[in-house]
Amino acid sequence: MDALILLVPVALALGLLGLGGFLWALRAGQYEDLDGAATRILFDDQTAERTNRS
Amino acid sequence: MSVISRIAIPATACAHCGASVTPPARYCCEGCEAAHGLVEGMGLDAFYRKRSAPDGALRPDPAPPVPLAAAAVAEGTGLWRLDLMVSGLRCGACVWLVEQALAAEPDMLSARAALTTRRLTLRWRGKRERAEEIAALLGRLGFRAVPFTPACLRAADDAETRGLVRALGIAAFGAMNVMLVSVAVWVGEDMGAETRALMHWLAALIGLPTIALAGLPFYRSALAALRARRTNMDVAVSLGVLATAAMSLSEAWRNGPFTWFDGATTLLALLLAGRLLDRTARGRAGRAVAELLALQDGTVRRLGPDGAEEEVAVGAIRAGDRILLAAGERLRLDAVLEDAPGLFDLAATTGESLPRPVAPGSALAAGAVNMGGPAVLRVTAAAADGSLAATARLLDQAAEARGRFVTLADKAARLYVPTVLVVATGTFLGWWLGAGQGWQAALVPAVAALIVTCPCGLAIAVPAVQVVTVGALFRRGVLVTSPTALERLAAVDCVVLDKTGTLTTGTPRLLPGIWSPAELRAAAGLARGSRHPLARALAAACPDAPLRADAEEHPGQGMTAGTARLGSARFCGVREAGDTPVLWFTEGGSAPVAFRFADALRADAAAAIQALRELGLPVEILSGDAPGAVAAVAAELGIESWQGGAIPEAKLSRIADLREAGHRPLMVGDGINDAGALALAYAAVAAPGAQDLAQGAADLVLRTEALLALPGAIHAARRAQALARQNIAFSLAYNLVAVPAAVAGLVTPLGAAAVMASSSIAVILNALRAERPAPWMR
Repeated sequence: MDALILLVPVALALGLLGLGGFLWALRAGQYEDLDGAATRILFDDQTAERTNRS
Repeated sequence: MSVISRIAIPATACAHCGASVTPPARYCCEGCEAAHGLVEGMGLDAFYRKRSAPDGALRPDPAPPVPLAAAAVAEGTGLWRLDLMVSGLRCGACVWLVEQALAAEPDMLSARAALTTRRLTLRWRGKRERAEEIAALLGRLGFRAVPFTPACLRAADDAETRGLVRALGIAAFGAMNVMLVSVAVWVGEDMGAETRALMHWLAALIGLPTIALAGLPFYRSALAALRARRTNMDVAVSLGVLATAAMSLSEAWRNGPFTWFDGATTLLALLLAGRLLDRTARGRAGRAVAELLALQDGTVRRLGPDGAEEEVAVGAIRAGDRILLAAGERLRLDAVLEDAPGLFDLAATTGESLPRPVAPGSALAAGAVNMGGPAVLRVTAAAADGSLAATARLLDQAAEARGRFVTLADKAARLYVPTVLVVATGTFLGWWLGAGQGWQAALVPAVAALIVTCPCGLAIAVPAVQVVTVGALFRRGVLVTSPTALERLAAVDCVVLDKTGTLTTGTPRLLPGIWSPAELRAAAGLARGSRHPLARALAAACPDAPLRADAEEHPGQGMTAGTARLGSARFCGVREAGDTPVLWFTEGGSAPVAFRFADALRADAAAAIQALRELGLPVEILSGDAPGAVAAVAAELGIESWQGGAIPEAKLSRIADLREAGHRPLMVGDGINDAGALALAYAAVAAPGAQDLAQGAADLVLRTEALLALPGAIHAARRAQALARQNIAFSLAYNLVAVPAAVAGLVTPLGAAAVMASSSIAVILNALRAERPAPWMR
């Protein structure tokens, strides 16, 4: 019973943290381009590399 | 270059777009060669190792770039923002290539492309006119960019979908956390009364806000339906969820054995997930249609009083303005031809397959394509008053009429809601008055009956099938744009087809004739330098002919290079009057040879008609083309019922007659002249490459060149309808067992959760069978 008093609020707080993060991501437009985001990580940004070379 | 990259591109594929070529050629066209050079020059050749777009999809489009500067928005002094729709953005590598290539421009502040919406957002510092150079760069890379139209924006920036995602997030969070408490109550039989009360109130604390927020999409829709004195599935869902919340609150109050917040929140999460999937599938089709339409949008070249050319939007043109129409360009407004006679392709407005010579002073309706040289026209009506606007108004009316269509799910809901209400009320009264229980205890079996029958299986039964079918059709190149399209398509009982552009390709193709391969090769090399439709058809007939570097175009007449001439009869010194499209070719004084062209049937037209017949649908042709041409096509396809020379009004009245006779006709067309008939038909399909108005009037848009997709879609729609019926029947059968148990007070929240989940899974698994294509599509 004592453990519940601590653990239940902790569990809820962690859940709310996740929900807050999700709502933030949604508002920040991170769900706008799911197809693009899935492939984007496969590619390196080459702009910097090219600037150094030229 | 690594070894892998050299292996990745086979020698028989174009080094840029991957289309097949015959070695030793490395490229399929000059555009690809230029694009490949550009990509390698920028050090971006990693693109080719990662490219996953279909072969040939990246071939640069020879269409002239659309002026973009006017679409740029000022974001401050010298800061510009431009939203573009980039067609050809097919894979992650394309996004990467576009972003990297543009980021390399020194004045570019940011370039961000979205693969889902094909939207490219650019910010740069400097002059507005940079937009044109950016578009030219994209064009050289093989991507066609047009301004992001309001229609694209509507399709992409979907506040409703975002609302659903938010609601789903909240519901999922709520459902899982309520479950944390509920499971403790379910298993904790030795739990003290105080602890149980604490658990109940904790569940209410999480459950009530979740139900209030995540249920909003359903409550809104239910309220709208009730205001219109109708019931739909959302009324049933809202009723079930809200009643469960109220009963759970009452159970928490009297510290009963269970609360049911877990059931209500899980139900919301499941239904929201189904609804979101449904919307996403349809949204994808909607975006693809908006993309097709944006590619047809464009500007008009207005001639000032001093003869200066100016690119303006179609809406800015007034009656009386003079405009210049380039060769191969489509007329967007009603106009009168000035000065010189011209040659116009009227297929979109009348259905004629052959271009027609037009005398100066003749009126032309919007939609005609200039097949001759550049022409000067005087506009007779602004876009808002022209023939296109009248058709557009007709379409709005038709769309409204189709919105009143009653779907299968609505029909089920109409029976379902009153029945469930009666059962629940009866249960409550029975336990309260009949069995003498307290009203709070009597509420439990009554609401249990509500939530057990609820909607889960029933509300998912139809959407699940729709999602799977719409998704499967999308992958086969059929875009479903209307939510009720599949149900109407499944019920059609006859098919009316347009000829030009629907049964035929709508573009000229070289006919066999008396020429040698060498002559064809020489003529095609010359034709390659021109944008004229016939020249392009000739070049396409001999794709590996190299471009004659010294080719010179004489607009409206033909091409010359050295002693070679390619063009009209007069241009090549031939006296021949004929109305078939023909190009003459002569080199070094040789006898001129004729290359004749015709609008050819689509390769699979016969197979598609056969498949339609096997589906039990009588087929007829309704065309605006000359009766002779229609008769030839009808004979070739074995279609007995056909009508030629039909003006748009005749098409409309034919469809009206069919509907009055009690038929449910499916109209298939592509032109502006078909739009009215498409709108009036029971269901409508826009043929591949259809005009924007025709696409707007249709429920389905075919994006592949294959006409076989049409019977395929009808087959899929029928299958979907059958599966939806099965699912509904299954849900009802489930209820036959579950409802008596609930009424008898035997169902616990755990049992309800099991019933809900298992019936949902069963209907979803059944819906997955809709994926299977028709036998002839495999």
